[in-house]
Amino acid sequence: MKVTLFIPCFIDLCYPSVGMSIVQILERLGHTIDYPEELTCCGQPAFNSGCWDEARDVAVRVVERLKDAETIVIASGSCGAMLKVFYIELFQGTAYEQKVQSVANKTFEFSDFLVTKLGVTDLGARFPARVTFHDGCHGLRELNLKEQPRTLLSHVRDLELLEMPEAETCCGFGGTFATKFPMISTAMGDGKCASAQETSAEYIVSNDSSCLMHLQGLLDRQGKPLKTIHLAEVLANS
Amino acid sequence: MSEREKILSRIREALTLSAAVPGHPQDHLLQVVSEEEAAQHIHEWLPAVGETLEDGLALFAKNSYELKTDFRLVDSEEDLLAQLAEMASGWKKIAIHRGELTDAVCGKLGLPVCITDEGYDASYLESCDVGITQCDCLVAQTGSVLVTARSAGGRALSVLPPHHIVLARRDQLLPDLPSAFALLEERYATNYPSFISLITGPSRTGDIERILVLGAHGPKQLTVLCI
Amino acid sequence: MTTHAQQFSSDADRTTRDLEQRAQIQSALRSYEVARDAHKSAFQDWEAARQTAAEIKWDAVNHLDQYLSEFAEKLQARGTQVHWASNAQQARDIILNIIRANNARSIIKSKVMTGEEIHINEALEKAGFEVVESDLGEFIVQLRREAPYHFVFPAMHLKRGEISELFSRELGTAPTDDPEELTMIARRVLREKYITADVGISGANFAIAETGMISITENEGNARLTCALPRVHIALLGIEKVLPKLRDLALFLPMLATAGAGQALTCYNSLYGGPRQPGESDGPEEFHVVLLDNNRTHLLADKEQRDALHCIRCGACLNVCPIYRNVGGHTYGTTYQGPIGSVITPHLRGLQDWKHLSNASSLCGACTQACPVKIDLHHHLLQNRRNAFTENPAWREKLTFKLFRLVMNQPRVYLFCVKLSRLIQPLHRFVDGTRLDPALGWTKTRKLPKIAPQTFKEFWQNRK
Repeated sequence: MKVTLFIPCFIDLCYPSVGMSIVQILERLGHTIDYPEELTCCGQPAFNSGCWDEARDVAVRVVERLKDAETIVIASGSCGAMLKVFYIELFQGTAYEQKVQSVANKTFEFSDFLVTKLGVTDLGARFPARVTFHDGCHGLRELNLKEQPRTLLSHVRDLELLEMPEAETCCGFGGTFATKFPMISTAMGDGKCASAQETSAEYIVSNDSSCLMHLQGLLDRQGKPLKTIHLAEVLANS
Repeated sequence: MSEREKILSRIREALTLSAAVPGHPQDHLLQVVSEEEAAQHIHEWLPAVGETLEDGLALFAKNSYELKTDFRLVDSEEDLLAQLAEMASGWKKIAIHRGELTDAVCGKLGLPVCITDEGYDASYLESCDVGITQCDCLVAQTGSVLVTARSAGGRALSVLPPHHIVLARRDQLLPDLPSAFALLEERYATNYPSFISLITGPSRTGDIERILVLGAHGPKQLTVLCI
Repeated sequence: MTTHAQQFSSDADRTTRDLEQRAQIQSALRSYEVARDAHKSAFQDWEAARQTAAEIKWDAVNHLDQYLSEFAEKLQARGTQVHWASNAQQARDIILNIIRANNARSIIKSKVMTGEEIHINEALEKAGFEVVESDLGEFIVQLRREAPYHFVFPAMHLKRGEISELFSRELGTAPTDDPEELTMIARRVLREKYITADVGISGANFAIAETGMISITENEGNARLTCALPRVHIALLGIEKVLPKLRDLALFLPMLATAGAGQALTCYNSLYGGPRQPGESDGPEEFHVVLLDNNRTHLLADKEQRDALHCIRCGACLNVCPIYRNVGGHTYGTTYQGPIGSVITPHLRGLQDWKHLSNASSLCGACTQACPVKIDLHHHLLQNRRNAFTENPAWREKLTFKLFRLVMNQPRVYLFCVKLSRLIQPLHRFVDGTRLDPALGWTKTRKLPKIAPQTFKEFWQNRK
């Protein structure tokens, strides 16, 4: 299958190994990767800030480039929700409505693509550590990603998955919210880190690097040993 | 233009634009069936109730236990009187309304009786040890007692005294909430009482640190005697 | 002058530091969640029930003129006086006039959020009347002269010791640590008030169009006493409270109890369809229903957000909201706190003054998931942000996102920015987390992520 890869801006810039891991995994499964280098961002920061015109200008390029793709895999639940859910709202009543819907239909968040679309659950990975999984809210509630990442983790050798209390509670990132209301965002993040710590896990795993960026930032500032890692990096490990 | 007309015209103006029905179109329930049919389905979504009278009584008893309602099945009017007489040992005066069951037993307790149908003084009613009423029905699904101004002697009798006792017959037990509302419609549709209440357990509050306290403002005890 | 937005930020800053308070709120709401989940799972099909409830409310709100007229006519036919108030001032005047016409002196109130909305207590006290809240939580916050902390659990922020001290100070009672004794103190004080009050004021949870009745849901019995004993009963309710049929309650009552308080059914669900009728042994001589608009028609006119009028004020969205759980109820500065408050307050009280509440959300969607009538709450927060920006674009935001568009749509500009950032980043450590740090919003509590030595785009280039 020819898979068109959408790598969100912050993964490109700060967490490229997430993208590399996805490439490695998909190629190992025998798929061809098409990576549109001219695309960087889905437009969510503008959308979330109320600047829908600017968001639309960014989104139009994305839709135009992706409309002919066979299938699209996206490395983040949040950006996936943007393409699959919020674009529909953004382009409602415009000439792009149908194109947007067709892009949405063939877009998959990475773990969903593996489990639901390909039916792959065991990637032969090994990751000797205790981990807990953090559900990014957009992936969880907009895209119904709950079981997919857990199914994948359950097949990783030497990995112990520990569920944290209140796993479905938001970590407090929330895009621009994190800097507009840093005190609330931090209070929420502290709660999330405490829940994760309670499990005695060594890693917080998630399918959303944006949540992890926020949590890792907090953990680093507080000098805590808990680490964060993206699901794709765990699955690419052997 | 009156305020009524102003508000209604603002509403009509606003409603010239139509709004989408919530949920995904494929999930719409009432759009695909008539309202009457939909009403038939509601009981399928609410908590399950059994089929037989025994199931209903068992469920009512289980719910009563959880709600801290004192629910007792009695076999006969004599048994009913005996149970009441046992409870009455500390009572000084009681309040009731006229009714088949209340008339049959309450007079025999040998206590001063305040009958609300004949008019009453609120302070006197407040000082009664117990308010004894009948009801329209019992609801197994929720352990509730349905009362109205007509079936239970007005608005205050079942809430002002510190103990509310309900006298009911087994055939008054209904399985669920939809059947309780159907009963109301059937019994009163042409002329509803001005007061109807579904009573589910004794008065309670959790306003202080979410700790359950019974008897916040209404009765501390609720007893249901079912004959 | 401090704006509402500044007030919110400074209060949030303070409350998020109050770890003890946060722990208390969170543990209370966690215990609510356990109870709610148990009762939710007792439903044979909660999702179908939710969908049906949403559709019934859609029908009610989208035919509001018809149902409201029906409701009013049915009430009037049985001797109730129905009043219509376009705004808070009119509603206050109507209520004051009824009280004056009856030569009333003392007033007992059961919980009525629309009363908070129109500041009825202040108006009554200013006019020289004694007004007493009878719901235990409301009674406590009234003695403290503060607003409810939560529109369902008004005193959830207080510990028993604080309540004991309050009662000692205000009522002269002996201190006690026992919630039951504290409750009994309130019971004793209020019993006398019910019997002597001339007027009872209540709200309503639902207005049944078919039969012309208001429905009141409560646990304590205070509303029942308020509606039973005083000579005059006034019910104040928003025009959106309408339900078409009496039997709709068979669905809405258990859903309200489950979502709102984690109960199968609230203790008392009472219907009032008029003053005392012939042959009835008690009840008020006069029953007045005051229907309040107060900008609800403004919200009704917004077809995107009209479903916010479906709200049954169960409070489920507050209970699960991580923002509410961390900043608490008073920080909002609104009658209706939490996600529903953040959605509707801009419509009720002005978008520019209250848009900050829509920004103060991580858009996690827990509220939307919890709502028993499927209000699309977190999407409405996004729409409020859009509307606020379109109506009055802040220049800084405008500039930011024009630049954002330039960077994201021009690969070469993006590449330039990546290279520039790499050059600048080593310098950042000199200002990291200090006042000079341009990224202080992030770095005050968090480390910035490092820009990778090789971005994914560079990796892909090299690979080709």
